[in-house]
Amino acid sequence: MNEPRPLIAVVVFPGSNDDRDAQLALERLGATARRVWHTERELPEATAAVVFPGGFSFGDYLRCGAIARFSPVLKSVTAFAAEGGPVLGICNGFQVLTEAGLLPGALRPNASLSFVCRDVPLTVTRTDTPFTSRCSDGQTLTIPIKHGEGCWFADDGLLAHLESTGQIALRYAPGANPNGALADVAGVTNEARNVFGLMPHPEHAVDPLLGSTDGALILGSLVDTARLSLAAFV
Amino acid sequence: MRATVLVRPKPGILDPQGQAVESSLRHLGFDVGGARVGRLVDVEVATEDRADAIEQLNRMCEQLLANPLIESYAIQLHPDPAGSGA
Repeated sequence: MNEPRPLIAVVVFPGSNDDRDAQLALERLGATARRVWHTERELPEATAAVVFPGGFSFGDYLRCGAIARFSPVLKSVTAFAAEGGPVLGICNGFQVLTEAGLLPGALRPNASLSFVCRDVPLTVTRTDTPFTSRCSDGQTLTIPIKHGEGCWFADDGLLAHLESTGQIALRYAPGANPNGALADVAGVTNEARNVFGLMPHPEHAVDPLLGSTDGALILGSLVDTARLSLAAFV
Repeated sequence: MRATVLVRPKPGILDPQGQAVESSLRHLGFDVGGARVGRLVDVEVATEDRADAIEQLNRMCEQLLANPLIESYAIQLHPDPAGSGA
């Protein structure tokens, strides 16, 4: 099939280290993925989606993601998100999006204080998002995590609000919470559901050689969404 | 004007670092009932006006030095330019 290849920008900060994996995975799933250095003031023309990859932006100084939100490109991404453009943050990208105020909650050091690197089972709790549309409701996904600060936190009022608005799209499967995250939260969206952050790494689970291809459901959903917006442009 | 900003995990927030420190202190034989680990930032604010300094430091904390969802902060001003804050 000769489907159009939507352009997805992968933002690269000093200390990002999963940007090439994300680029490769998105390309294999049918997108044109372009790495964009964080000092760029504009996203590439015709950008249909933005991905913030994993890594350790700015050395995780102060708090994970706290410094990256001052990068020039964030202004363009914030405007892109405000217009409904899909934005995905993976691991450190998730931390950046919470610090930037684009996603609710905060990521704290793992309850175990250990860096955890292994496959985890996840439960999809919302399929009506641009990032989970290829999944079925309640589906279990196996995707690796690798982080030291993935313990998602919100205060009681915020958590109740997010539960009522259905913004918690992804949870660790019952009994499989690897980091102490509140309410087993592995990924949340903003209220408009066009911004999503998750601690697991879908870009590391797109090839059977690596054990699971469930990550392709997440990234493939994003490519589908990006392709739709591309069609809207034409 | 020199200032010290103390950033602490809010009460009730899980603090695994503090728990590890508490447990280690017990191993050393100290009778401790709790330990919390925060962060200290020394800042030199370019003003000699106390009220102005405190106003600026509050904004620094709200915008960057602390994450208000999970951390509280306290500001100490050091009137003596040579003061170490000790």
